Amino acid sequence: MADTKAPPVKPVSVPDVRAARAVLLRRARELALVPALLVLMVIGAFVNDSFLTERNLISILGSSAALAMVVLAESLILITGKIDLSLESVVGIAPAVGALLVLPTAESGWGTEWPTALALLAILVVGGAIGAFNGFLVVRFKLNAFIVTLAMLIVLRGLLVGATKGKTLFGMPDGFFTLATSTFLRVPLSVWLAGAAFGIAGLILKYHRVGRALYAIGGNADAARAAGIRVERVVLGVSVVAGVLAALGGIMQTGYVGAISANQGNNMIFTVMAAAVIGGLSLDGGKGTMFGALTGVLLLGVVQNLLTLAQVPSFWIQAIYGGIILVALMIARVTTGRAQD
Amino acid sequence: MSTPLVEARDVVKRYGPTTALADGRLTVVSGESHALVGRNGAGKSTLVRILTGLEAPDEGTVRFDGEPAPPLADRDAWRRKVACVYQHPTLVPELTVAENLFMAEIHAARPARLGFRVGRGSGGCPPDKHSINRQPQHRGFISWRRLRSEAAQLLDTWDVRVDPDARTADLKVEDRQMVEIARALSFGARFIVLDEPTAQLDNREIERLFSRMRALQDSGVTFLFISHHLQEVYEVCQTVTVLRDARWITTAPVADLPRAALVEAMAGESIETIAEQAVQEQLVDAGAPVLLDARGLTSDAYQDVDLTVRKGEVVGLAGISGSGKIELAESFAGLYTPTAGTAQLDGERLPFGDVQAALKAGVGCVPRDRHEQGLVAGMTIGDNATMSVLDRLGRFGFIGTDRRRGFATELIDRLDIHTEGPEQPVSDLSGGNAQKVVMARALASDPRLLVLINPTAGVDVKSKESLLARVDTAREDGTAVLVVSDELDDLRRCDRVLVLFHGRVVAEHPAGWRDHELIASIEGVDHG
Repeated sequence: MADTKAPPVKPVSVPDVRAARAVLLRRARELALVPALLVLMVIGAFVNDSFLTERNLISILGSSAALAMVVLAESLILITGKIDLSLESVVGIAPAVGALLVLPTAESGWGTEWPTALALLAILVVGGAIGAFNGFLVVRFKLNAFIVTLAMLIVLRGLLVGATKGKTLFGMPDGFFTLATSTFLRVPLSVWLAGAAFGIAGLILKYHRVGRALYAIGGNADAARAAGIRVERVVLGVSVVAGVLAALGGIMQTGYVGAISANQGNNMIFTVMAAAVIGGLSLDGGKGTMFGALTGVLLLGVVQNLLTLAQVPSFWIQAIYGGIILVALMIARVTTGRAQD
Repeated sequence: MSTPLVEARDVVKRYGPTTALADGRLTVVSGESHALVGRNGAGKSTLVRILTGLEAPDEGTVRFDGEPAPPLADRDAWRRKVACVYQHPTLVPELTVAENLFMAEIHAARPARLGFRVGRGSGGCPPDKHSINRQPQHRGFISWRRLRSEAAQLLDTWDVRVDPDARTADLKVEDRQMVEIARALSFGARFIVLDEPTAQLDNREIERLFSRMRALQDSGVTFLFISHHLQEVYEVCQTVTVLRDARWITTAPVADLPRAALVEAMAGESIETIAEQAVQEQLVDAGAPVLLDARGLTSDAYQDVDLTVRKGEVVGLAGISGSGKIELAESFAGLYTPTAGTAQLDGERLPFGDVQAALKAGVGCVPRDRHEQGLVAGMTIGDNATMSVLDRLGRFGFIGTDRRRGFATELIDRLDIHTEGPEQPVSDLSGGNAQKVVMARALASDPRLLVLINPTAGVDVKSKESLLARVDTAREDGTAVLVVSDELDDLRRCDRVLVLFHGRVVAEHPAGWRDHELIASIEGVDHG
């Protein structure tokens, strides 16, 4: 009798449902910040009539572009399980070197008066070189990434202040500002570029073997090595790419501000880290998506904009901004349901 | 007969569906050195965990001096009865010896100890001439001077010549062990479990350890000695207990148990296993071309190893831990770099120390530990299984999603991995299924040489069968397979098994070996 019993149907169908639900849940986590972003937009619309205007929204994007590039750079590094604090100093020193190369001595430049295109290229090279140096110290000398890049943050800032004698650099050729000033479909080029960079990075992380290697290294470097991934080479490469991206962010920032002060990028790394972690990247590596990082950036951009529009007294704006970041971290912790280690 | 110091009876311990100990028995008489032997998985560690109060038995009783064992939560009571010196040190490496010795006082909620720490069984114990009842701290502040002097006194009592100010990480293994023993004795424990204490020691250090053991034994300390080296059992122990397949087999004075009998007790040749062994045939054609040809491989872990594997041949590597078998196998997969020697794969030179080059040359590897080297826990099954072959799944390094999904699904089917699909995180899987994913990764590149290191470690019986069946399939496809394992079941499928001892190949057993023969040469009883 027992033999004739029909095989239970349940186990066949249940895994499918469960699998579908699991996939949905994983997707939902990626989109965790979208509702928060929408809620903020609604609040913004109530707080200030001019919030939901096209001009204001474009200005949010324009002011977030530079931050977005640095968050992108940091995200790539965080996914491999490392950290780079010196990116904020790259944002300052890389464009400054480019400016010094084009400016005549009279305008506190080095007097080399390079052509603009070459100087812009030099900016990216400086970013890449700094990344390479950081990566070399971390990979070859096995120094701790946190402390190495903290030292580099200070060194690079000091070099910038030294090279400019603390002065703000003005009068660079228009090429330095094109990214922020020229628009395409009324949106600044810097925004298009940042969007494209996120898109490409997202594609590579998901569909290219180098991208998968980043996750594997961040998740378990030994396993990645045993699987034939050249861990050291990839980490070094990511360092260089991050340097270049941060330098590009520096150019955007220069264009947005219209000059390079010795403070350019100063303290930016805290916002960068906050955006990345709110966006779901793990400081332990191996986790997070570009989409998440992007929503993190947008969230902070909207908050900043709202605070300005709400005419919060400028002396209090930092305290409130910091408080909102803290709250956002807590909300992200609850909605994503995972520890932010 | 007087009350035994330690008595465990009818101990049963299960972990989920697996029974780690079905019939654990142990009776240790005060003042003796008692050996506990058995193959890996025989239940030794489980018994030790129960005897040291790390786990409660599911059934059965443990008594110390005739009294029932203290409750699991009462760590202090356990510490006064028994201590275990593990292979992995339990001292904090960055702290000084003194601080490690008094860790418990420094961090105790209620200050207590040394004052009433009078050794039980005062019989042969050294008198507590150092009956220290001062605390090394005062209101939460530590007096380093006092701590140091008390530590010095304690080490002196047990004749351990170690500087109390030394950083523990700087100590040699033998000194570290002695510090651990001294610490245990200072808690009042007179029963010390030594878990493979000689594994990391050289011969002279082993001799010193043994003379220390004898001296401590004379002053009333009782040892439970666990070792894979049977000759050591004969050298230092008076009684031996054998476990096999989670069961107590025998307890006898070592003098009454010759080596052959001891090995047989450990291996347990039953009629069934002999029949099973008879079925095994030499599957490889003796004329098959040689695929892997290694000559004169030498490194820190092994010396002057020659090794050939034919196409379709399965070669096993056996040996105790530290014999160099794992390093030898890792050398072919690029995970370990030999200092001398060459290896040819199908006539071409196999590069060393470069995993990717080894993969390209056609070597697939299941690394030694699936948590450490095998899997990226946060990634999906598909990601993990295809990690080594991503360059084949699309153009310019871009991965065709459908191709990868198809490839991963095929691997999942081929290895019979129970899963919701390639998108499931690998961390959801049970040990057996997770190991299959590691195997899938190794097979994904269609290797010509498959290196399997402990391929069935921590895997349930059914998964084990299915994993080993993969080895047979690979063999039929003409793949050469190198299997490193502690499990006789894994090695039984090999055409021949090479045994390493201290980095040298000391024996070769063609298929059809008897368990006791192989165990004897693994344990180094049949030679040197």
